[in-house]
Amino acid sequence: MAVAFLDFEQPIAELEAKIEELKHVTCDPEVNIQEEIARLQAKSRQLTTSIFANLTPWQITQLARHPHRPYTLDYIGAICTDFSELHGDRMYADDAAIVGGPARIDGRPIMLIGHQKGRDTKERVRRNYGMPRPEGYRKALRLMQMAERFGLPLVTLIDTQGAYPGVGAEERGQSEAIARNLLEMSTLAVPIVTVVTGEGGSGGALAIGVCDRLLMLQYSTYSVISPEGCASILWKSQDKREAAAEALNLTADRLERLGLVDQVIEEPLGGAHRDPAATAASLKAAILTHLDALEALSREQLMAARAERIAAFGVYGESSA
Amino acid sequence: MSWFEKIMPSRIKTERRTRSVPEGLWIKCPVCDAVLYRAELERNLYVCPKCSHHMRIGARERLDAFLDPGSAQELAAGIYPEDPLKFRDSKRYKDRLAQAQKTTAEADALVVMAGTLEELPVVACAFEFQFLGGSMGSVVGERFKRAVDHCIAERKSLVCFTASGGARMQEALYSLLQMAKTSAALAQLKRARLPFISVMTDPTTGGVSASLAMLGDLNLAEPRALIGFAGPRVIQQTVRETLPEGFQRSEFLLEHGALDMIVDRREMRARIASVLRLLLKKPAAAA
Repeated sequence: MAVAFLDFEQPIAELEAKIEELKHVTCDPEVNIQEEIARLQAKSRQLTTSIFANLTPWQITQLARHPHRPYTLDYIGAICTDFSELHGDRMYADDAAIVGGPARIDGRPIMLIGHQKGRDTKERVRRNYGMPRPEGYRKALRLMQMAERFGLPLVTLIDTQGAYPGVGAEERGQSEAIARNLLEMSTLAVPIVTVVTGEGGSGGALAIGVCDRLLMLQYSTYSVISPEGCASILWKSQDKREAAAEALNLTADRLERLGLVDQVIEEPLGGAHRDPAATAASLKAAILTHLDALEALSREQLMAARAERIAAFGVYGESSA
Repeated sequence: MSWFEKIMPSRIKTERRTRSVPEGLWIKCPVCDAVLYRAELERNLYVCPKCSHHMRIGARERLDAFLDPGSAQELAAGIYPEDPLKFRDSKRYKDRLAQAQKTTAEADALVVMAGTLEELPVVACAFEFQFLGGSMGSVVGERFKRAVDHCIAERKSLVCFTASGGARMQEALYSLLQMAKTSAALAQLKRARLPFISVMTDPTTGGVSASLAMLGDLNLAEPRALIGFAGPRVIQQTVRETLPEGFQRSEFLLEHGALDMIVDRREMRARIASVLRLLLKKPAAAA
């Protein structure tokens, strides 16, 4: 798959195009093409390093939404064995915007649930661009409760713009489905590790993201509202999305500094899509580390720690009044 | 905004205490246009006596009318908002907070009172919609959690009146996490087998609807309240079709199974007290 470049990556794109061109030049004895290619590739790496060293929150938002970014099923394929995808909420439908089921990671049985976007137009539509409806959240809850019953730790992968804002979704209780998951996950008696792999969009993300450990891929985002939505409400202008991205503190490094994220998982140079295998390997290692730590706790310790973690969310002042 | 308000110096505008219902001796019902005498309307809890339209009311007025006279004691009043992200859009969050505090005389958007309802010990809380759209930030989350903690410690029932546009954007991820915090608190209340009555009033949307508001043992609503996850405008933009008549109003939610009942504001006290007595196995009220 050819790499798709974002607007701020144009200089890299031009260089890469030149390299591609050279690769197709038939042997010209006058110049050593291999040497030239190597020289340009080194330059491209250097350029990528310098551009990626100073990404703005808006640029990171674009990377998080990159059309070639690995999605949940890609990661499952790379880090799990024996995955059985389970379908349906047993009430209304199967929502393809959320996938999940039992699997093994490093031989250990877990329950894995994640948002799923589509790769081509047809699949994007089928998966509703990764925006779940209530039945998606209810399927997720069914799998979580199954995990609890059989003592499987839960791993959730977040990558959604948000819950789907549609007529049917409202009719079938989008609010209730999200709220129910928040309530049930807070006391689910198995370890929960959540990783934001792409877009962490508001309540639609949090509805599978109440956890004991929150990890984020380096170029993922997590926010109460999209920069576009925030800009149009607070600035009354879509053009202010860059300023909104900045103000929302939605990047992994900022959220880690605020103490809201337990670990940022480094991505390969140029982002996860440049080397999905390496990204998956880092993801797997991080998940295993945190599962080990959580599985060492007793059920009581785990529940107490989660309750304390959730109760501590927020920043406020208090006077004795 | 009228042309007169536009030319009025901003000092005059900001110092006026905005109320949910406009000032003046006479008030026109926005639905049936009936001209109503304020004192009478007040006695009627701001429900239009002609068409039963439920006007929005402030958090304190609501709690005053709901709890037994003289029984209310405020909880968690000392918790006040901060600006951890130094958030700034077209205005500073700090300035928005200061302005909202001035116009509402509240520190933030949730007011919590411990008191009695027809002599039953309860904690009642209400969202102040005039405070940044009743949005839920860290203070709302913490006050709600303290309300739940108080209920568990003192074995009281919880009643919450919501009126909110959702999460408070200026607190970014902190505000999103209040959805988890309030829902987790309700899980503890549930575990303690104490009742939670959620009363959704106009409007209850976004992160508040998708957390504490929908988690009542009983989900009640006032008539014709707008209740939903996504706002109608967002949905309209997404689906590009006209929305069904009465979409996302209380009656629509009742029909789709999201609510237990719609209760007229004037009957709220009696209805909730009667249900609580049943759930708590207390004798019926003397006729």
